[in-house]
Amino acid sequence: MRSPGDFTDVAVVAFAQSDHQRTTDELSEVEMLMPVLHDVQRQTGLKAGDIGFTCSGSSDYLAGRAFSFTMALDGVGAWPPISESHVEMDGAWALYEAWVKILTGEVDTALVYAYGKSSPGSVRDVLTRQLDPYYVAPLWPDAVALAALQAQALIDAGDTDERALARVATRSRTAAESNPHAQLPGARPQGDYLVRPLRKGDCPPVGDGAAAVILAAGDRARELRERPAWIRGMDHRIEAHSLGVRDLTDSPSTRLAAERAGAFERPVDTAELHAPFTSQEVVLRKALRLDSDSTVDVNPSGGALAANPVMATGLIRIGEAAARIHRGTSERALAHATSGPCLQQNLVAVLEGDQR
Amino acid sequence: MPEVLKAPLVVEFPFTRSLGPVQSAFLTGLRERTLLGVKTTDGRVLVPPVEYDPVTADEIRDLVEVGATGTVTTWAWNPEPRRGQPLATPFAWVLVRLDGADTALLHALDAPSPDAVRTGLRVRVRWAPERTGAITDIACFEPYEGPDSGEARDHSGDFANAVTGIIAPARLDYTYSPGRAQSAYLHALSENKTIGERCPSCRKVYVPPRGACPTCGVATDERVEVGPRGTVTTYCVVNIKAKNLDIEVPYVYAHIALDGADLALHGRIGGIPYDQVRMGLRVEPVWTEGGRYPDHYRPTGEPDADYDVYKELL
Repeated sequence: MRSPGDFTDVAVVAFAQSDHQRTTDELSEVEMLMPVLHDVQRQTGLKAGDIGFTCSGSSDYLAGRAFSFTMALDGVGAWPPISESHVEMDGAWALYEAWVKILTGEVDTALVYAYGKSSPGSVRDVLTRQLDPYYVAPLWPDAVALAALQAQALIDAGDTDERALARVATRSRTAAESNPHAQLPGARPQGDYLVRPLRKGDCPPVGDGAAAVILAAGDRARELRERPAWIRGMDHRIEAHSLGVRDLTDSPSTRLAAERAGAFERPVDTAELHAPFTSQEVVLRKALRLDSDSTVDVNPSGGALAANPVMATGLIRIGEAAARIHRGTSERALAHATSGPCLQQNLVAVLEGDQR
Repeated sequence: MPEVLKAPLVVEFPFTRSLGPVQSAFLTGLRERTLLGVKTTDGRVLVPPVEYDPVTADEIRDLVEVGATGTVTTWAWNPEPRRGQPLATPFAWVLVRLDGADTALLHALDAPSPDAVRTGLRVRVRWAPERTGAITDIACFEPYEGPDSGEARDHSGDFANAVTGIIAPARLDYTYSPGRAQSAYLHALSENKTIGERCPSCRKVYVPPRGACPTCGVATDERVEVGPRGTVTTYCVVNIKAKNLDIEVPYVYAHIALDGADLALHGRIGGIPYDQVRMGLRVEPVWTEGGRYPDHYRPTGEPDADYDVYKELL
């Protein structure tokens, strides 16, 4: 048992993700998920029974399958009963819960996974069901429409323009050429407007995928990974749900979460940002003080514009940042995850490798 | 590998939602062509109004009436309207700050083209001809050249026959595909066979197979035909007639462990009076012409199975 309140020694020790694809008709959720679970188990040598806590993030609405998250547990090996929890949110929030569980001292390892199968439904419409059911959801404003309102507000404020947004798309997908899991590697034309001012290229691909992470505390982490990615701080904050109350050109919740995670105490070298739309990267850079001449490597994985398995995309940001630390290509990285329309809720984690 | 199965799946539900006092006044107001806002603790006017202050979380109840005219604060041109959206022809999504309000309302703007829309455009409400007390009582906004209707005025929020709830229909369309293991199971059923899958680690055979062993957490890859005969491990007597089900009550619904399976499945027991069904009864499936699964299971006439044979499958 560890003493509660020891905030410094929990690390990401393993990360795996699927190849993200437009459709995976031949696979059920658990069939899609199992290879990534086995991958993180293989990386650490841990079996289901060795892991103290398991937490997952997913949404049954994506594929229209009630209780799909209980079926997904079959892939974990949940019998005899394991200590387990689920969030109807991106897996980054499942990771937050697992981190807190380790900080209590109750366990010293945790498995976190997330999956999203958007292909069976229409994710633009599915996401309308998370909106205010009284004043907004009855109008069925789809996810691209809401992001486009935010993009236009940014253009009106002089924060960006269509050419700058296109550069975000090109930079992200070019970076994804070195990401073997990406759905859209390589720059491509911006295409027509989906909802003006957002063009097809400003929007994330629709697809299916899964990811898993293993967390461990202190010496356990050092046993499991030569260079653990220590979580130095993590926080998440939410804004008012009514879009008309918010300043859509800014993200005070991201800024506050970053402050509380310690992101501004020392510079980071890498930032994995969960920005499904090009315009949202503009907002996040402003909130996180990552202006365009910053030397920080932003979304070297290609980010959500290259692969967006909804409910796993945020967890993948943390995993990608951690994997760079594992490989020794990053010393200190910021990972961000978002949830809700127009960056409504934001999570920031700061990860570091041991000094070399 | 057999063809992966696919089928349309519609998830549809009318959500019945009750309203708080502020929401009730706002939506009833829409029915009466009156637009209400609520004052926050610091005196700002929120439209649409909410029950609690978004900054302080205080309960807020001071209602005001605002204008049916306003100003676009941001917009987005929607060239291909989707099902359920306010207009069927291309339109602009807009956030509109109504005259007298400090915050903006999301809705649609009917405009001929994106060239006719800009931030700062003056607009007014176009009311729906039939109004019920819902956000859709505003049909949409339309461009309007006219004066600002000025400051918000106090309003009691009292109306005759206030709406206290809304029914919000929701429908999502999917194409369901059951995945590898369940596709194989369904294909086999169409040939009047039941298959399971064996766990390579613990050797258990799961029926129906879902692709993974929940004990070992590994893929079940070896396909095994089970049954057709099996044993009733436990059962219940159903006395309530289900809607849309043409079966006389009482009848027996049972867990049946098919021979070779390590997991019991469910089925109805027929061909025997309900009060003679017992644990250990040996049964076999009865298929009907064109049926996609056994209609029911009936006794085989074999001696009952010994309890020790199926006790692990209860």
